[in-house]
Amino acid sequence: MSTASTNPFNSPLRGDNAFARITDNVSRIMEAPRPPLAWYIAMAFALGLLTLFGASLGYVVWEGIGAWGHIHPVAWGFPIVNFVFWVGIGHAGTLISAILFLLRQNWRTAINRFAEAMTIFAVICAAVFPGVHIGRPWLPYWMFPIPNQMGMWPQFRSPLEWDIFAVGTYATVSLLFWYMGMIPDFATFRDRATGTVRRLVYGMLAMGWRGSSRQWHRYERAYLLLAALATPLVLSVHSVVSFDFATSQLPGWHTTIFPPYFVAGAIFGGFAMVVVLAVPARQFFGLKRIITIKHLELMAKVILGTGMLVGYAYAMEMFVAWYSGAMFEQFAFLNRAFGNFSWAYWTMIFCNVMAPQVFWFKAMRTNVWVIWVVGIIVNVGMWFERFVIICTSLTRDFLPANWGAFIPSPVDYATLAGSFGLFFTLFLLFCRYLPMVAMAEVKAFIPEGHAHPDDHGHSHGAHGHSH
Amino acid sequence: MSDPTTSPQEAAPLHGILAEYENPTALVLASRKVRDAGFSRWDTYTPFPIHGIDKAMGIKMTILPWIVMCAALIGLGTAVWLQWWTNAVNYPWIISGKPFWSWPANVPIWFELTVLFSAFAALAGMLVLNNLPQPSHPLDLKERFARASDDRFFLLIQASDPKFDEAEIRQLLAETTPVFIEDVAEDRVTSDKIPRALIYVGVLAAFASLVPFAFFAKARNATTETGRFQLVWDMDFSPAYKPQETNPLFEDKRATRQTPVGTVAQGELRADDHLYLGKTKAGTFVSAMPKGLTVDADMMALGKAQFGIYCAPCHGLLGDGNGMVHKRAETLGGGWVPPSNLHQEYIRQMPAGQLFDTITNGVRNMPSYAAQIEPEERWAIILYVRALQKSQGASVADLSEADRAQLK
Repeated sequence: MSTASTNPFNSPLRGDNAFARITDNVSRIMEAPRPPLAWYIAMAFALGLLTLFGASLGYVVWEGIGAWGHIHPVAWGFPIVNFVFWVGIGHAGTLISAILFLLRQNWRTAINRFAEAMTIFAVICAAVFPGVHIGRPWLPYWMFPIPNQMGMWPQFRSPLEWDIFAVGTYATVSLLFWYMGMIPDFATFRDRATGTVRRLVYGMLAMGWRGSSRQWHRYERAYLLLAALATPLVLSVHSVVSFDFATSQLPGWHTTIFPPYFVAGAIFGGFAMVVVLAVPARQFFGLKRIITIKHLELMAKVILGTGMLVGYAYAMEMFVAWYSGAMFEQFAFLNRAFGNFSWAYWTMIFCNVMAPQVFWFKAMRTNVWVIWVVGIIVNVGMWFERFVIICTSLTRDFLPANWGAFIPSPVDYATLAGSFGLFFTLFLLFCRYLPMVAMAEVKAFIPEGHAHPDDHGHSHGAHGHSH
Repeated sequence: MSDPTTSPQEAAPLHGILAEYENPTALVLASRKVRDAGFSRWDTYTPFPIHGIDKAMGIKMTILPWIVMCAALIGLGTAVWLQWWTNAVNYPWIISGKPFWSWPANVPIWFELTVLFSAFAALAGMLVLNNLPQPSHPLDLKERFARASDDRFFLLIQASDPKFDEAEIRQLLAETTPVFIEDVAEDRVTSDKIPRALIYVGVLAAFASLVPFAFFAKARNATTETGRFQLVWDMDFSPAYKPQETNPLFEDKRATRQTPVGTVAQGELRADDHLYLGKTKAGTFVSAMPKGLTVDADMMALGKAQFGIYCAPCHGLLGDGNGMVHKRAETLGGGWVPPSNLHQEYIRQMPAGQLFDTITNGVRNMPSYAAQIEPEERWAIILYVRALQKSQGASVADLSEADRAQLK
């Protein structure tokens, strides 16, 4: 029996009654008569921003998208920046659930549920933006292949159409994966429930799951299949999003490095968002013994690694521009670093390349405050990365006569801030009412969860193996 | 349990025998024994999947992966068919000069639909094979069984097993290391019937779901005098000015802006008066063909074709003023000004420039043909008209020696 297949970080939860303590630790968040004060404060803040989101989107729908700062030649301004930003955030969840699962990184069990939830909420936020940006948000079904009286079909050779399918599939598969993972935990909630409403709601969500081994066998097979399907999917989504840019002719967009560059950036930004949410969540909901500092340290290492991948991509863009010998390409990248939006470029470099470097030091990687602040800085940086790609390139294209400026309107800022309101509201509801940690998975990966039928040194009922 | 004489549960037949274990190891060891004893209708219940129990229980590999593979192929097929049929067959759409079925552009959606269909199949297949949702089960009545989703491990041998023998099984299970063994009765408490209220709600919901379709059907088959409902007026009635509207912003009150005086569009300068007006700089009609045009058989052929299209309907194929329009007008009677016979002497003597001017601007009730016939084509028509005039007024003296010999 080696420790390699167990979760080495949940040592505080080993020993007597380990399973019951895990169940209790997670379930009491939902069972408590009222959530902690911090939850109410955060919820008030989130609902305020959500109201702002509703109001600003309502205004845009009523007034038309001219209410945003779009002006020729920048027709893709904030909404598309925000879309790419949120879709990127939505990558960490499935990466943690699927890729780390296939790689047998069992430490993921402490954080996967909540990263998956974060994925789904981020994709919801992302989907709002193109939905409104199409200008007539009541006609989005025109983008779907639905038989209609005009006899027209969508144009499947367009990357924008690929996007609909990529993001739609990603949202659906993430939701299925998330839900399936929660079925055994819903059963736990149901079995512990005291009130009728709770029993009914969690009972319906659990669908009569009773933990039969014959069911677990198929369940595990389905989970493995979903992980195997979600792994290429998570890599494909941001690749397809990057095609929106890469298949165009615009200098600064028309580049083959985009798909891997976007995927690395998405994982980077997504992990940063996971730590931004995990640090307060473990603090306020008493999950410090399940999401330990070692988990945060590992995530800091992933942020450092992906941050350097992103830095490499920035350097490589510059190199390719120089090496191409193409005048417009060279100008586009020089302009990015020293032109009209150079401040945004250097903000991005600072946030994404320099800030994560503190994680080389163990003292920094294990300090929750440092991790949390760097997480926020990285999220700012990733937003600016998309801003730099979209707005700098559009304001300075081939013809100087076609150059322009981009000044975001107050509605732009309101929608951006408001989207965080939607995200945080959904996340806070999730924390309170759904199993925030995959209890069954955590139990399966502590040493007590392993059967040792051929190990004669142990008698039944004896817990606490020494490894 | 409640009073044995009144409880329907107490009288219920045996569903099976349940044993509880404290840890996974004990359960796996017990499972091996039960498996080896040859039981077929039995199961274990655990709060999390236990590795190694599949073998201990003799669980065979599920067919789920095959179901998912079928769904993947259906998804792929759907994606290929959908994109091919919509974009190459039903609504062929030229994009960037690519072939209608440019399949490399379809690959991303092939991939997405393959994954989408497979994911649905994985979840739905798991649920169906596991017989879920399963609203009730005899085990639900056992209070201690609630810990199956928390920290305890259970083994149930069903009474429907062909080898079921209560005493023997109790003996077998006691030899494993259970913390508890008890009988499980069939569920006589939970009703199998759907609550009546739920049926009413369901029927009502089914009818309510038809209401929108009723509205659609009505809208499709009825006419109305009121316009359609406008949620956002600006989108359907754009505040942008239309070409013929008045616009108070400008001095001339026109929404359409005129081009500034002296503006010349590309290719519209037309500085060559000879070519474009048939006149000299002084304004007199020219007699010669414009210098830039080559008079040859091609030009004659072009002139013949254009004459046939635009001139012959009135002037006739011979140019004698006896075209189809004229003939029709004659039969109708009335004040018809007949088209000119192009072989009249004054037209024969007319300078080529004046003929050009006539085609360009029209004369009497002949309209201008400037919009239909390009200047070069007008010169080609004049060339053909000259040939017609020559042919209709030719004398024997104009023929060559050989032709004259043939005539004799």
